[in-house]
Amino acid sequence: MNLTALTLALLQLSLYVALAPLLAGWVRKVKARLQNRRGASVLQPYRDIYKLLVKETLVAHTASPLFRAAPYVVFSATWLATSAVPLVSTGLPAAMIADVIVVAGLLALARFFLTLAGMDVGTAFGGMGASREMFISALAEPAMLMAVFTLAMTAHSTNMASVVEYQLAEGTILRPSFLFALSGLILVAIAETGRIPVDNPATHLELTMIHEAMILEYSGRHLALMEWAAQLKLMLYGALIANVFLPWGIAQGSGAGELASGLAAAVVKLGLLGAALAASETALAKMRLFRIPDFLNLALLLALLGLLSYVILEVGA
Amino acid sequence: MSFESLPVLEQLMLAMAAMALFTSFVLLEQERLVAAIHAFAWQGALVSAVTTLVAASSGLRHLYFSALLTFALKALLIPWMLHRLSRRLELDRYAEPLRRPALVTMAAVALVIFSYWLALPIMHENLIFTRNIVAVSLAVVLIGLLMMVVRQQAVAQVLGFMSMENGLFLAAVSATGGMPLLIELGVAFDVLVAMVLFGIFFFHIRESIDSLDVDRLNRLTETEEDTR
Amino acid sequence: MTALLLAVFTPLAGAGVLALTRSLGLAGWINVIVSAATFAASIALARDVAAAGEVAGMTFRVDAFNVYLLALTAFVGMTTSIFSRPYMRHVCQTGRTNARGMRLYHSMYQTFMFTMLLALSTDNLGVLWVAVEGATLATVLLVSLYRTPEAVEAAWKYFILCGVGIALALFGTVLTYFAAQSVLADPAEGLTWSALYTAAPKLEPSIMSLAFVFLLVGYGTKIGLVPMHQWLPDAHSEGPTPMSAVLSGLLLNVALYAVVRLKMLVDGSLAASASPHMAGRLLMGFGLLSFLVAGLFLHRQRDIKRMFSYSSIEHMGLMTFAFGLGGPLATFGALLHMLVHSLTKSAIFVTVGHAAHIAGTQSINNIRGLIRTQPAVGWSLLIAVAAIAGFPPFGIFTSEFLLLTATMKLQPWFTVALLLGLAVAFAGLFRHLHPMVYGPAPEGQKPVPANMIPVAVHLGLVLWLGLSIPGFLARWLDRATELITGGHLL
Repeated sequence: MNLTALTLALLQLSLYVALAPLLAGWVRKVKARLQNRRGASVLQPYRDIYKLLVKETLVAHTASPLFRAAPYVVFSATWLATSAVPLVSTGLPAAMIADVIVVAGLLALARFFLTLAGMDVGTAFGGMGASREMFISALAEPAMLMAVFTLAMTAHSTNMASVVEYQLAEGTILRPSFLFALSGLILVAIAETGRIPVDNPATHLELTMIHEAMILEYSGRHLALMEWAAQLKLMLYGALIANVFLPWGIAQGSGAGELASGLAAAVVKLGLLGAALAASETALAKMRLFRIPDFLNLALLLALLGLLSYVILEVGA
Repeated sequence: MSFESLPVLEQLMLAMAAMALFTSFVLLEQERLVAAIHAFAWQGALVSAVTTLVAASSGLRHLYFSALLTFALKALLIPWMLHRLSRRLELDRYAEPLRRPALVTMAAVALVIFSYWLALPIMHENLIFTRNIVAVSLAVVLIGLLMMVVRQQAVAQVLGFMSMENGLFLAAVSATGGMPLLIELGVAFDVLVAMVLFGIFFFHIRESIDSLDVDRLNRLTETEEDTR
Repeated sequence: MTALLLAVFTPLAGAGVLALTRSLGLAGWINVIVSAATFAASIALARDVAAAGEVAGMTFRVDAFNVYLLALTAFVGMTTSIFSRPYMRHVCQTGRTNARGMRLYHSMYQTFMFTMLLALSTDNLGVLWVAVEGATLATVLLVSLYRTPEAVEAAWKYFILCGVGIALALFGTVLTYFAAQSVLADPAEGLTWSALYTAAPKLEPSIMSLAFVFLLVGYGTKIGLVPMHQWLPDAHSEGPTPMSAVLSGLLLNVALYAVVRLKMLVDGSLAASASPHMAGRLLMGFGLLSFLVAGLFLHRQRDIKRMFSYSSIEHMGLMTFAFGLGGPLATFGALLHMLVHSLTKSAIFVTVGHAAHIAGTQSINNIRGLIRTQPAVGWSLLIAVAAIAGFPPFGIFTSEFLLLTATMKLQPWFTVALLLGLAVAFAGLFRHLHPMVYGPAPEGQKPVPANMIPVAVHLGLVLWLGLSIPGFLARWLDRATELITGGHLL
């Protein structure tokens, strides 16, 4: 790997980190506008992170070393996972390790440490959040893998960059398997990123928290890293849906002009996805916990139907 | 032929057939009766859309008429009749929870795979491109049958029966480009008469056992002691 | 051609007239007259077929196989309508049903006749399907005519099970049409049986075997093959007696006819493939299972009509087995059996109707001393049950003997099962019959006005057919055998 390649790899990583709070802020702003409020500025999440970074970090005396280490692990794992999902171009050097199984594994690692951290301090809410998170992810994981495998079967590779390039080469194709896989993946994304109707990111009532319950004990820079990791996860799923299923606009080389247009396309697509997310969050209500298995079973069913459609309808059609 | 080389019209047709299969799952799992009737109406609309597309891409003119007939009957008339019946039977807000949803879903998926396996000899025939839809339509038929088995409410069972007929119509259209028009008219007439008779039956059943839970129709068994 | 059209469409016209007739007495007589006219037309048709070999045209086709079934259907329809006239008047008087129910009954009776005759005479598989489904729909409301909870349940089971079965048969029909698309010169002929039959060896075996499975399960539900038989005992016992007679005697035959026609196609298609006898083996399997299971269930019955419905299932199983066995001997026996079983079973149900009237109940435990009370009814029941159980010299003995001979020649080990089943059924029938006909009559049991002439005619015919089959009938059956199996018996 030469110097230019390394620079480009770092460029994609830093774009993720830099733009994730912007996406979160954009979603919040659109939601506010839909609810007839003016809402905070789209740059507010940056200010929140800065504020948290300079504040004092308090750690409970019952906490183990894991409690201190977890935010760093979670942040790095999520950040590393984002390197595997093409954002502006498919031709980046990190493309070689851009495997969907790597992404799933790194996200699982992050989740593992997050739940451990939630249980670490020994409070009731942490444990509750941890068990709920595991419950949801146990159901969401198979659906996500199945949806992405449907894609992989079409492109004959689990490498995200190859899948995107295959899609672009084929032109506009209306595959039933993609329709189903896309619907399934959208539902899974909502569950994994903790959005309405699965979990309310803006709730302050402990009994309705899932993600928030696990990071309830964190403060200062630890909390900043956790929040940032959550925003990165949202951007990761957004990029996955936008660039893998709707790949038009993504650059395929590493020239400066291509990268700029790829970035512009990515920004537009993520913006539209964010607005759609905000609209659905406004229109829907949070589901009660025991209804989440139905929701995720629907996602699994859609993903499975996508796979079956591929086998039945598209092979040798 | 591979999927990518098909014209957009035909890709759309395969996509709609897949969505008809999805509505079949929705019908199976849906607890609220009125929502299930809507899902059935959508299934009928999708089937008639597939028929129209087959007509457009293969040039078989009589299929347009079949599509119109299916739409009128399966997407409009029969759901309307079922709606009216459920209002008169006071079942507007009826919701029957499915007893073992996970098992039922797995059974339905197994049926899809089974019908794929059954339809393989047809799919290998290099006849018309829509033969793959035969597997999907057989799955719709079998899932309709499954719905009749797992549901105990009479109206829900009738929905399962009607969705079987949808699957059969889809099979006829996709495998053979539609049966002769006379036969299609005969079949449609039979379905309509069956629907009317079902409607009459619901009232008879409710009169005799005061509910529409078909599990309560259990007087005629092999082990009964005849008291007449 | 005129005779054919008259035979098939007279009942339809009659149904229309009867739907408008309000007077019960008049409706009864119109029913009888229309049925008699249908029968006369079918006799004329039979003469046409005898002269010309077959009558075809306008999607109809009457050849040696279905001509005698047409005549039989019209005949039993006529005798049952003669029986039903006073019987249903009595039923109406005792308040089990009202005037509207009677109008429904009469018009549906003729509609049912129409659909059966249409199914028997059509050359088009699609029309066959529509007619069989139409027959189901026409009789559903009649099974629940008395509106008791049991009748409603029986009708619902009948509707749902037969509806599902018929839907599967439609899938089989679609697959057959599909197989024909690539083979026939004119693909639109893909549902015409005669065109399919000539092109049978060219039909794709894998598709045809899949289609046959669906068709067998579908139409087999209407035949009453185990395990799809659950609706039969209920539907045949809860409906009015004339309905039971016609359903047991005629509709089961029509469904079996459909299966055999389709088997002819599948045999032609599979002849050159790896498993040429698949269709026959399936029929044998289902037939034998139905035969044995029904014989065992016979013993447990408490209701007289249910018992005889199981006897119907048993005999249909036997016929299915025979058709599956194949070969001229078994096929001839099966064709003869279709004829005599129909006559005997309808006679039995008519007699049972009278017996139930006398005793006021259908429960076997409560029917006693029939011979003492009304010898005509008692003796008829005894003789009819002897006939159905296979006593010589009745016709059923002849056909069962032919079948056993064929089984011993082709599949010797099955003979044991058949004999065992026959013995079990025999024991069951007589065990239940004996206390009903013999013994002292209970207090206050009075004879009822009963017209036993139809029963006498049927039993007389069965006796005649057992002793000596008339020449023209034997030739017809032989020609039908040749059509089905390709070999003569006589």
